[in-house]
Amino acid sequence: MFGLAKLFISTVCFLLCVCVSTYASERQFYLGKIATPEEVLGWDIDVRPDGLGAPVGSGNAINGEEIYAEVCAGCHGDFGEGMDRWPELVGGEDTLDTHDPLKTTGSYWPYASTMYDYIYRAMPFGMSQSLTVDETYQIVAFILNMNDIIDEDFVLSNKNIGKIEMPNRDGFLLPDPRPDIDVFSGTPCMSDCDVPITIIGKARDIDVTPED
Amino acid sequence: MVKKREIVKGINRRRLLGGATALGSLAMTSKVFSQVKANRDNLPPNLPEWTPDLGPGVDVNPYGTPSIFEENVIRRNVPWLTASAESSVNFTPLQDLEGIITPNGLCFERHHGGVPEINPADYRLMINGLVDREMIFTLDDLKRFPQTNKFYFLECAANGGMEWKGSQLNGCQFTFGMVHNVQYTGVKLSDLLSETGLKPKAKWVLAEGSDTSGMTRSIPIEKILEDCLIVWAMNGEALRAEQGYPVRLVVPGWEGNMWVKWIRRLEFGDKPYMTREETSKYTDLLSNGKARMFTWVMEAKSVVTSPSPEKPILQKGVHQIRGLAWSGRGKIKRVDVSIDGGKNWKTSKLHGPVFSKSLSRFTFPLNWNGEELLIQSRAIDETGYVQPHIHELQKVRGLNSIYHNNSIATWLVNKNGKVENVRLG
Repeated sequence: MFGLAKLFISTVCFLLCVCVSTYASERQFYLGKIATPEEVLGWDIDVRPDGLGAPVGSGNAINGEEIYAEVCAGCHGDFGEGMDRWPELVGGEDTLDTHDPLKTTGSYWPYASTMYDYIYRAMPFGMSQSLTVDETYQIVAFILNMNDIIDEDFVLSNKNIGKIEMPNRDGFLLPDPRPDIDVFSGTPCMSDCDVPITIIGKARDIDVTPED
Repeated sequence: MVKKREIVKGINRRRLLGGATALGSLAMTSKVFSQVKANRDNLPPNLPEWTPDLGPGVDVNPYGTPSIFEENVIRRNVPWLTASAESSVNFTPLQDLEGIITPNGLCFERHHGGVPEINPADYRLMINGLVDREMIFTLDDLKRFPQTNKFYFLECAANGGMEWKGSQLNGCQFTFGMVHNVQYTGVKLSDLLSETGLKPKAKWVLAEGSDTSGMTRSIPIEKILEDCLIVWAMNGEALRAEQGYPVRLVVPGWEGNMWVKWIRRLEFGDKPYMTREETSKYTDLLSNGKARMFTWVMEAKSVVTSPSPEKPILQKGVHQIRGLAWSGRGKIKRVDVSIDGGKNWKTSKLHGPVFSKSLSRFTFPLNWNGEELLIQSRAIDETGYVQPHIHELQKVRGLNSIYHNNSIATWLVNKNGKVENVRLG
């Protein structure tokens, strides 16, 4: 009886240990508090390229035109053409390999999810996280439609935002290839080096440096 | 007695105010205070004007500020660079600094929606996603963990970005000033994560700020566990509001944009999040139209801070060329200096302390006889990496890059001692 009880206790201990080490690490300091699901829900607003994190909701470009005109067009222009120095949202196709590339949501951004994520978290400038979920889908749909990526009646939602094919989806290279120049292993040229030493440009001539 | 003391104080205050006004008008005509002529009445054998009177007492300036004669040593911005000052950048006056520490009030600022004002009592750091326990920490909780104190440089990936195609801004501050170097106090993320535990599938972290831009970047878990910190102090005092008060992320050696300020959340996931900042920004467009992504490391770089466009040579004879060097891959091993545009080089004196992923100070003696000079510096880090010429970078990356310009700069010293930013070719 005693022996059986001992075996039982040691078995439970063994299982407990296995469970603890397999499924949950042990706390070392016992600092901080466990977050409730409601607390996490309120702050966990990011949306990933595969649509993970996209809140339930939907909107199309037709409905998006009105809200876009109200809260976006003041800086980005009625047609996404950009105002003053605020960025363009439309155009730039076939410019990325030229001397004057134009990076817009249409020409450069690889994922529609990033548009939802960024617009909801940071726009309108100075009034962040003030849009509703549906308004955000509507605005994203309107910008995608201006870039001829979706039709005006296409209903963008949490179910399909991870499946929108952006034109520059395959425009990015990984991993980082640097160092990407010749590395001299600490023995660079010290004398009579073959380098150009003719002055070909002076910042002073361009004259854009702020004066005190 | 009291009355007499007040009179003395009053006289001094008037004198200080008068001095400030005079300096203000001088600053309008000249950027370099050292060029201003001395007042002969204060020179030997005369009694200097500040000697007879009492100065301000210990109750006048409870938080110290620099001498009024240093009012020219400030952060500066380039208004035409950005659409608004709230989403913009200013620059550290490297030309005026000594040693390797950047004073807190001179650390360059880059925000995307201005500086939030956060009561530390309201501060919370949430850790969620692929962890064993989703948790929330107060500032007091964070300060109770084992602490660490480390010197690190922080450089914006766009430092020198305006110089990709040619020399554009005529100043050390504007071409190199998006870097600063302070001692941080905080907790290792690996210690913090021992509290939450990590699920085996956790490979990436999303770091998120609580400012109006909700700054977010993805960071691979290896880097987080290697040396990333959550910090609340810089150079011995609480973080400045513009540097993330009360808490920011430190990602040693990697581009400044990832060092999320006013950090509110770390989410662990199995894939990168592809935020706006790591797709549409902070990617490097090559000449074939493809762009490099996740180019995080800040490669070895150096700058001559004096002489420089802001620090002309005022007289012939002996001078010390002074400069800073740094590498995101470790320690600076050596800095070479050239005064003939890179044709011939000599090794400078590297001053201690030399920390990993921190600014290091170098000097090199110069005897100037009024001839034209083309001054350059070239950093070599402990991996053997040698700071490149801009032509080498352009050959591989084209002309459309904005970020990661760590090339050698050239200061032309004219025969009159004035210095300017030039491009050689």
